[in-house]
Amino acid sequence: MTDIIDTQLANLSNKKELSQELKRRAMRTDYLGTFFKYLFFLSAFIGVLSVATIGYFLFYEGIPAIKHAGLIEFLSGREWLPPALYGIASMIVASLVSSLGAVIIGVPIAILCAVFLAEIAPKWLANLVRPAIELLAGIPSVVYGFFGLVIIVPAIQTLFNIPAGSTLLAAIIVLSVMILPTVITIAETSIRAVPSTYKEGALALGASQVYTIFKVILPAARSGILAGIVLGVARAVGETMAIIMVMGNAPAMPNSLLESARSLTANIALEMSYATGMHASSLYATGIVLLIFVMLLNACLLYLNRQRAYS
Amino acid sequence: MNNKIFSSISALSLLLSSAAIAGNTVTVSGSTSVTGLMEVLAETYQLQQNDYIEVQGTGSGAGIRAAKEGTSMIGMSSRPVATDELGKDVQQFVMALDGIAVAVNNQNPIKNLSIEQVKAIYTGDINNWSQVGGDDQAIVAVTREVGSGTRGAFEDIMGLTRKINDITVTAISARAQVQSGNGSIKTLVANNSAAIGFISLGSVDESLAALQIEGVDATKANIQTGDYGIARPFVLMAANSPEPEAQQFIDYIMSSEGQQVIADHGYIEVK
Repeated sequence: MTDIIDTQLANLSNKKELSQELKRRAMRTDYLGTFFKYLFFLSAFIGVLSVATIGYFLFYEGIPAIKHAGLIEFLSGREWLPPALYGIASMIVASLVSSLGAVIIGVPIAILCAVFLAEIAPKWLANLVRPAIELLAGIPSVVYGFFGLVIIVPAIQTLFNIPAGSTLLAAIIVLSVMILPTVITIAETSIRAVPSTYKEGALALGASQVYTIFKVILPAARSGILAGIVLGVARAVGETMAIIMVMGNAPAMPNSLLESARSLTANIALEMSYATGMHASSLYATGIVLLIFVMLLNACLLYLNRQRAYS
Repeated sequence: MNNKIFSSISALSLLLSSAAIAGNTVTVSGSTSVTGLMEVLAETYQLQQNDYIEVQGTGSGAGIRAAKEGTSMIGMSSRPVATDELGKDVQQFVMALDGIAVAVNNQNPIKNLSIEQVKAIYTGDINNWSQVGGDDQAIVAVTREVGSGTRGAFEDIMGLTRKINDITVTAISARAQVQSGNGSIKTLVANNSAAIGFISLGSVDESLAALQIEGVDATKANIQTGDYGIARPFVLMAANSPEPEAQQFIDYIMSSEGQQVIADHGYIEVK
């Protein structure tokens, strides 16, 4: 292709003709270039625009409720009695506790699984386990919820001998399974990214395989694993459908893991369809709180990624 | 060519004439619980003729006032209306009934509860089945979400409301489990031997057991006779001699066709 162009250009003996031809071609390619430049820009802009629009609407609709109830009262109030009292403290607690619980149960399993996949498992076994985990990521959350409702809720009921198994604990168990694929995939990638010289060096010095994994490889992959955990927490905080099905949704402050509770997401999803006026506004305000949670998590992620870039 | 012009003119005049004879407006206002059903009735009615039905949900009290003062042609109420609330120039009639069944798990030996017992279960004052004559097992009360029509009706009929800062709020315990939709409540009650829930009467099936209330079975017939306690009438009010267009709409609601629409939407017909 370039040869043909070059011979064509070489045939243009006149310098003026040559420069004109080059200009013409430059103009022609420029159309395409400009088109794609703006297409890229537009695509990037749609994402930004969506976030800005959602953020704007959340604040526009939610601020009246926060003003009405008072910020402190809204965040620390324990009674959710629309249209009189709007306090979401119990829901903030439920969201935090269920996500934290999911991290405590799910993350160790996920990290050990990632180590297994990256370091220990023979290839054929890893090729069996990895697709299974990827499949786990693709299962819709309503199916997780159904699984929780049919298996975990009755199990908790019999195991702890309580009247209703729809509890914080059920939500924690379902969430910890749900965050597995996110954490495993990212942790495995970052474990694989650890230079093999680290491992070889450790083994050459006489360290055992287990010692090498825990003292050399995992610390070296630390920031990547932490990024996976943060993404897992974000998934847990944002989960709605599965939680509604297994947590019982009572808007009271839970006193133990064996009590029903309502997460921030569940509060919005449950009551949005009928809410009007200040009640609807308070649900948007719940969304603002949720958005701030996720923003904080993303800030953590940015910080971790920057650290990883430096190290 | 001529023909085309002629037909387009006639089509145009047809359009104009239909707009011209688009007739009177019937104003309806009152109970927000009745509003949903009334809007469905208005839609089906408007398909048949040219009158326009304007429905506003303002609350039963406002509906009674509107009918009495004549600010609306038809008033709606979701509670019985005393005759002295209306004056003698206003007539009232029941257009439909709304019934709620209180249901428990099939394994639960309890077959009958009083209104007061059900109320106490939902406020949390009674929290063990042994307190109402059942097994020694904690009660799992299940309710619909705030704002749902069924929950609103249940709270109204049972008196499960209280005032906070002069605003009426629910008196159902915050510890009660919340499920959205009749279906979710049915699933929960059908799978938990300690659960109790309320659902619209039309949703009851053999997966759970509808309780007797004050010894009366939750059936359509018992609601129509007025024996079953957890039910309420949807009352319409209009002047003794209403505008003809209002009378026509009322006649439609009370016709077998209107009553069929009511039954199709989970309410109980009166004819």
